[in-house]
Amino acid sequence: MSPSLSGDLTPSESIFKGIKDAEIDFIVSVPCANLGKLINMVEEDPDILHLPVTREEEGVGVCAGAYMGGKRPAMLMQNSGLGNSINALASLNMLYKIPLLMVISHRGVLGEPIVAQVPMGELTTKLFDTMDIPYFIPEKDTDPADMVSKAWELASEKKMPVAVLLPIQFWRKQ
Amino acid sequence: MKRIDAINEIVSKTKATDALLVANIGIPCKELHHVCDMPNNFYMLGSMGLASSIGLGLALSRPDKKVITIDGDGSVLMNMGTLATIASVQPENYLLVIVDNRAYGSTGNQPTATSKNTDLAEVAKGAGNNEVYEVDTSETLRETLSSVDNGIIVVKAEPGNTDAPVIGMSPETIIKRFMDISAL
Ligand SMILES: [Mg+2]
Repeated sequence: MSPSLSGDLTPSESIFKGIKDAEIDFIVSVPCANLGKLINMVEEDPDILHLPVTREEEGVGVCAGAYMGGKRPAMLMQNSGLGNSINALASLNMLYKIPLLMVISHRGVLGEPIVAQVPMGELTTKLFDTMDIPYFIPEKDTDPADMVSKAWELASEKKMPVAVLLPIQFWRKQ
Repeated sequence: MKRIDAINEIVSKTKATDALLVANIGIPCKELHHVCDMPNNFYMLGSMGLASSIGLGLALSRPDKKVITIDGDGSVLMNMGTLATIASVQPENYLLVIVDNRAYGSTGNQPTATSKNTDLAEVAKGAGNNEVYEVDTSETLRETLSSVDNGIIVVKAEPGNTDAPVIGMSPETIIKRFMDISAL
């Protein structure tokens, strides 16, 4: 549980540690190149039920059902998938007060090689601000594992979706 | 048969098996509430398309409980990937009932793609689901429900709504009451 431990971990390992610290036990995923290693760790963990889904909006629904079934749900996704999740986040999670941890690879920011990622990359925090959905972004001295478990704590306490935004630079240390 | 006839059969099945029941947005919710309001019912008031996904998450989280979702053709067409995701796990405790009345019933019976060439039972099979049933009467639905606890049933129905009233419960009350049963 010591935050300093994360210092020796790769980015994927530190996020996974946060997921485990938060006792997340149900995860849906839609892949991103940056999430590859994390998705493998989740898939191999015997205490996490991992379900790949076809679309992020679908994942929001599956996670809501899992929460109603007593699980602590999270979704691994790329920020591009926020666009197709907005109605569900609002008219399901926010309507019924259903918590969800969203671990998001934030593309279309500094270092992005693909031009098509840029529009949603720039819109992502604005969309979260508009929806009043809190998000965490790693700073130089943040412990990523700690950030992830704090994000779940907030989601659980406020009974709402909370995002962790992990930009391209964060994954560079892989 | 109409949607309300299917709902009556599904309610009997739900009671007999003490299942958790997820109802699709709009008139399906209202009709279920009107026919039989019980704590086992989760009324999905928003998020069109996601009833089958909520039911799947519930079924995977509570393998000890039977879970049934009442869905519609328009909603499944909106979230067709759900049929592939369900096929990837096919939980033994999950039954998805799609009432296919070939219309967006809650918005004025505008025709859906199933009124043209789309066959949802074939789509469900093509997505990889091994247990897919098709029925078109209350009797055959009742028979199928009596022997089946998992898979997908497509109920071929006529369009048409009852005048079931709006649900008076708040979303918070709906989920609190439901989770007293659904969450361990
Ligand atoms: Mg319909």
